Amino acid sequence: MNKPLRRIALFCGLLVLTLLLRDNWLQYVKTDSLKDDPKNRRVTIARYSIPRGDIIVDGSPITGSTETSTSGLNDLKYKRTYKNGAMWAPVTGYASQAFGANQLESIEDGILSGTDDRLFFRNTLGMLTGKAKSGGNVVTTLNQAAQSAAWSGLKKQGGKGAVVALDPSTGKILALASYPSYDPSSFAGNSTSTDSKAWQKLQKKYDPNDPMLNRALRETYPPGSTFKVVTASAALENNLYSSADEATNSPLPWIMPGTTTPLKNEGNLPCKNATLREALRVSCNSVFGKIGADLGNAKMLAEAKKFGFDTEQFTPIRSSASVFSDKMNDSQTALSSIGQFNTAATPLQMAMVASAVANDGKLMKPYMVDKLQSSGVDTIAQTEPEELSQPLSSKNAQILQSMMETVVEKGTGTSAKIPGVTVGGKTGTAQHGENNSENPYAWFLSYAKNADGSSPVAVAVVIEDDKANRDDISGGGLAAPIAKSVMEAVIDSKK
Amino acid sequence: MSSSTNTPSHHTSTIGAIGAPSRRNTELALLVFAVVIPVFAYANVGLAIDDKVPTGLLSYGLGLGLLAGVAHLGVRKFAPYADPLLLPLATLLNGLGLVVIWRLDQSKLLQSINQAGNAAPRQLLYTALGIAFFVVVLIFLKDHRVLQRYTYISMFAALVLLLLPLVPGLGANIYGAKIWIKIPGLGSLQPGEFAKIALAVFFAGYLMVKRDALALASRRFIGLYLPRGRDLGPILVVWFISILILVFETDLGTSLLFFGMFIIMLYVATERTSWIVFGLLMSAAGAVGVATFEPHVQQRVQAWLDPMKEYKLSQAGAAGHSEQSMQALWAFGSGGTLGSGLGQGHSDLIRFAANSDFILATFGEELGLAGIMAILLIYGLIVERGVRTALAARDPFGKLLAVGLSGAFALQVFVVSGGVMGLIPLTGMTMPFMAYGGSSVLANWALIGILIRISDTARRPAPAPAPSPDAEMTQVVRPS
Repeated sequence: MNKPLRRIALFCGLLVLTLLLRDNWLQYVKTDSLKDDPKNRRVTIARYSIPRGDIIVDGSPITGSTETSTSGLNDLKYKRTYKNGAMWAPVTGYASQAFGANQLESIEDGILSGTDDRLFFRNTLGMLTGKAKSGGNVVTTLNQAAQSAAWSGLKKQGGKGAVVALDPSTGKILALASYPSYDPSSFAGNSTSTDSKAWQKLQKKYDPNDPMLNRALRETYPPGSTFKVVTASAALENNLYSSADEATNSPLPWIMPGTTTPLKNEGNLPCKNATLREALRVSCNSVFGKIGADLGNAKMLAEAKKFGFDTEQFTPIRSSASVFSDKMNDSQTALSSIGQFNTAATPLQMAMVASAVANDGKLMKPYMVDKLQSSGVDTIAQTEPEELSQPLSSKNAQILQSMMETVVEKGTGTSAKIPGVTVGGKTGTAQHGENNSENPYAWFLSYAKNADGSSPVAVAVVIEDDKANRDDISGGGLAAPIAKSVMEAVIDSKK
Repeated sequence: MSSSTNTPSHHTSTIGAIGAPSRRNTELALLVFAVVIPVFAYANVGLAIDDKVPTGLLSYGLGLGLLAGVAHLGVRKFAPYADPLLLPLATLLNGLGLVVIWRLDQSKLLQSINQAGNAAPRQLLYTALGIAFFVVVLIFLKDHRVLQRYTYISMFAALVLLLLPLVPGLGANIYGAKIWIKIPGLGSLQPGEFAKIALAVFFAGYLMVKRDALALASRRFIGLYLPRGRDLGPILVVWFISILILVFETDLGTSLLFFGMFIIMLYVATERTSWIVFGLLMSAAGAVGVATFEPHVQQRVQAWLDPMKEYKLSQAGAAGHSEQSMQALWAFGSGGTLGSGLGQGHSDLIRFAANSDFILATFGEELGLAGIMAILLIYGLIVERGVRTALAARDPFGKLLAVGLSGAFALQVFVVSGGVMGLIPLTGMTMPFMAYGGSSVLANWALIGILIRISDTARRPAPAPAPSPDAEMTQVVRPS
């Protein structure tokens, strides 16, 4: 009987060995993926176990943390608070005990909750010196005054809309507003009576205005006439025309190739063989449509791509990719070149167009996190400005600047004029809906220029207002005043 | 029994050579550690949770020390040559289990769903009863061979115990498995734990008598000894009963445990590998067969294959689904190599049965890979000491009983911890000694008691040969 007994001993040993191997698999090999699984509640518990680090604008925090009552079953010690939450929501996103986090709160969660490896040394040191672990701060590039101007402009306007302001020379995002918005404080906790109700009310199902949509980054609109800036730079870059003031080859009416339909202008405009400057000033569809058709789909697409179309941007919050389609025939390319047909752009994308022109043709990568700090305010990471592409040469950029400045000086964009400052801009009124039945979108993109030719700010504004009178909607009327107040705010804050 | 009575020199430590040391002092020294380690763990939990040494530390330490002392004195008096490791190892596991049960008692979450709160004092009471039972076994079971007389009574008792949960009004369906009975005023009982011991006694008694017939009468076929048709009877009956348990009590673990124990004992009794092959084929066929029509078993298998899906279903409120498997995996994963430290984990998220079936997950999270490996090795040591006792035993009944009990213990540890760690589908059994529950503690202390009795008999020095009566007493009767 002893031989089988020894084998049974071996068998029992193998059972234990199998368990040991399985345990090593679970607790050594798979430990990180299990530990950091967002569904693992320990992740949430850790996130709210210490006061969360802050998101900082112009040196002062726009977020905070408050201790919650841990009586009863609440296992989460701290709760997020926001100052002027609705205004900053497109930047901060939310960090909710019950509903997780998004945008900066999610992307920089490691720093804010103090778990990032870059904070490891400081946390370990803190453990030895008896200091409690704490989260680091995220210092943004945003400008308090510009954001306030954008937000109050949108709020006064009352319709849905968005504003993006960039520093053209660096790509820093100065303002990022979306309206209507939501206050992330309202559902930061995990109470079923208050937080869950507030969250539910904000969902698109219950609020058709979809306040939680970040329109500045995630909504694409037909850019309308503002896209003519891209078309104009394609014309200059491809040497179709070489100056702002030579007459273009533009018949009126211009019949779109392969069709019998003329491309109409808004009213009786002096567009026949107009110069590029004049065509941009009065916003001639026929001239820019023909430029698009003359250049063809491939060249237009190449130029649009250089401006950032068809690519997602990571600011680090992801923005949707703007659209300029491929494989279109000439009449479709003509319509696309005046910002209609399939063309669609995020407000960020159009701000990038304005900033590239203002920055003498160089497009800088847009970003909103300037640096990451430990809780002891040591910098642990700093974002350096980065050139994304050069959509047009410096010479052509200056030609385009002078054209856009004419638009503001004596064209459709006169309401953006700022005394003592050179401003360039372009209006847009984009049609949409079946047979253009819905209210158009009002666009305005612009930049301000210093005396030395450098530009401190470029802005894009879009307003979708289904309550306003249709005739009232034009980029110049609705959007340009907001762009103007944002530019003024940036210029004043630099004085 | 050809090889058990020879005593080659390298076996002198286990096979009772004359004058072998009793090792009682070794046991006492180890017991000190087995009491001190849980006391430190207890202090550790209190410091982690309340920042102070728990007020119950002294009474807990004295209580555990007293119980260990009583058990040790019982062994010293009634089984002086017993294996010195079994008692300290079981005491250590029992003590650590108590600490973690107390730690889970502090969880507000578990208190709110009535899963903890005052489980530790009750478990301490069960432990006291268990150790009393252990000493009673040592006092009244003077020789394990006495159990041989109760072979068929044990079978009857085991069947009754196994069938009790199916009696209407008495049985309770807890989380799908019907392996409990409710006794009004006393709480619930898992009769399967006791049936384990009764069945081991029955199998040992039965196989000792029948083993020659089962081993010798067979035909050879492709290297395997095929048993005669009529000798297949017993294995078929046990297989059938296991299937019945699986079908009616819907518990894969209990079923696997009993069938596995029988196969191990059958193999040891007959020394025929063919029985193992048969056993494996039959258990596979049985498990797959039942899984095709038993929804509870199917669901357990689904939860094992995709615990995340099961978790999502349970979060979505689907009836009959449980988040436990995934929560247990998260608990293990979050523990990592060294664990979060006692009292600092969140294994109470497992909620239901966190301190019984799933107690290993708390050890995993708070003591980490290192702690679990140590605990598994302690279980392994208990099993191997049990098998060693079987090797040392001089009688076939003792050998079979010891290997049956140790094998069942090993299978139970494997099935429970494998289930909690997601290695095999989850079953409704509990970790011996560590999990909360009176039946389990009582039955396992009795199991250790029987193993200690067998090892005492095995290691006891052989009585000095009696002087031959022939030498002097034989008288020549002369005709007068």
